[in-house]
Amino acid sequence: MKLAEVLEALSLAVDDPEMLDIEVEGGYCSDLLSDVMAKAAAGSIWVTNQAHPNVVAVASLIDAAAVIVAGGVQPEEGTVNKAQELGIPLFSTDLSAFDVVGRLYELGVRGSLRNG
Amino acid sequence: MPDVRDVGALMSVTYDIAARDFVRAGEAANKLKRLLQQLGLDPAVIRRAAIAAYEAEMNIVIHSYGGQIKVDITPESIEIFCEDSGPGIPDIEKALQEGYSTASEEIREMGFGAGMGLPNIQKSADKFRIESAVGRGTCLQVTILHEAGE
Ligand SMILES: Nc1ncnc2c1ncn2[C@@H]1O[C@H](COP(=O)(O)OP(=O)(O)OP(=O)(O)O)[C@@H](O)[C@H]1O
Ligand SMILES: [Mg+2]
Repeated sequence: MKLAEVLEALSLAVDDPEMLDIEVEGGYCSDLLSDVMAKAAAGSIWVTNQAHPNVVAVASLIDAAAVIVAGGVQPEEGTVNKAQELGIPLFSTDLSAFDVVGRLYELGVRGSLRNG
Repeated sequence: MPDVRDVGALMSVTYDIAARDFVRAGEAANKLKRLLQQLGLDPAVIRRAAIAAYEAEMNIVIHSYGGQIKVDITPESIEIFCEDSGPGIPDIEKALQEGYSTASEEIREMGFGAGMGLPNIQKSADKFRIESAVGRGTCLQVTILHEAGE
């Protein structure tokens, strides 16, 4: 599924239209960085309430399709800058993590774990 | 795959890791990952190296006063050597247990301190060695083979 479809379901807009074409292969939801690092599959959309710059470093390391910061948490400036620098699509929403995941699930996005 | 085997050379890179720098934290692991991708290594091997480097880097950022990560890429393996100066680990056996963490409340609120870092490094490694001297620092050596069954 394309990121465009996911963003539409969450009523989110992008600055960079190239991002719309990114393939979302699954999803992962966690606020523990080491847990995401160990378990989330590449191509996942990552839903979290964390909004500090290390989130972007982890998203880049796991080849996340995008990061959704949920619960009305505003990403720090350092986070936004790092996302631009590393080319990670980063969005924030007032929806709770529960509601974000619910909408994604309704769309057909499923949880995806790394093999091994 | 067109990897270091063809070059026949050993590559070595060193990254300096600053304590408590949460903006730059994770940069070394990301640089290493990009290098391994450029070398055309297997994505599963790259992910395991990324996990080990990231967790080691974060432990230096969070638990030490600063250190270095040196990576040798040989035809057979990726060797990750980490060294820091810091308080060291009094009970290594305990530190290696999943869920054990001495991270502060403030650090836990950032999503660290699950006590998963060292166990994750161990799971990603084909060979793993840790040594620590209380009041001085910690050394970590991780080997990831290019051709290892998970
Ligand atoms: N480089 C280090 N210097 C000093 N102590 C360390 C170092 N690395 C790990 N430790 C100690 O070992 C414990 C376990 O480390 P581990 O990486 O498994 O978990 P954590 O860092 O606490 O949490 P997580 O990695 O899940 O964010 C730490 O809480 C800390 O007490
Ligand atoms: Mg750790």
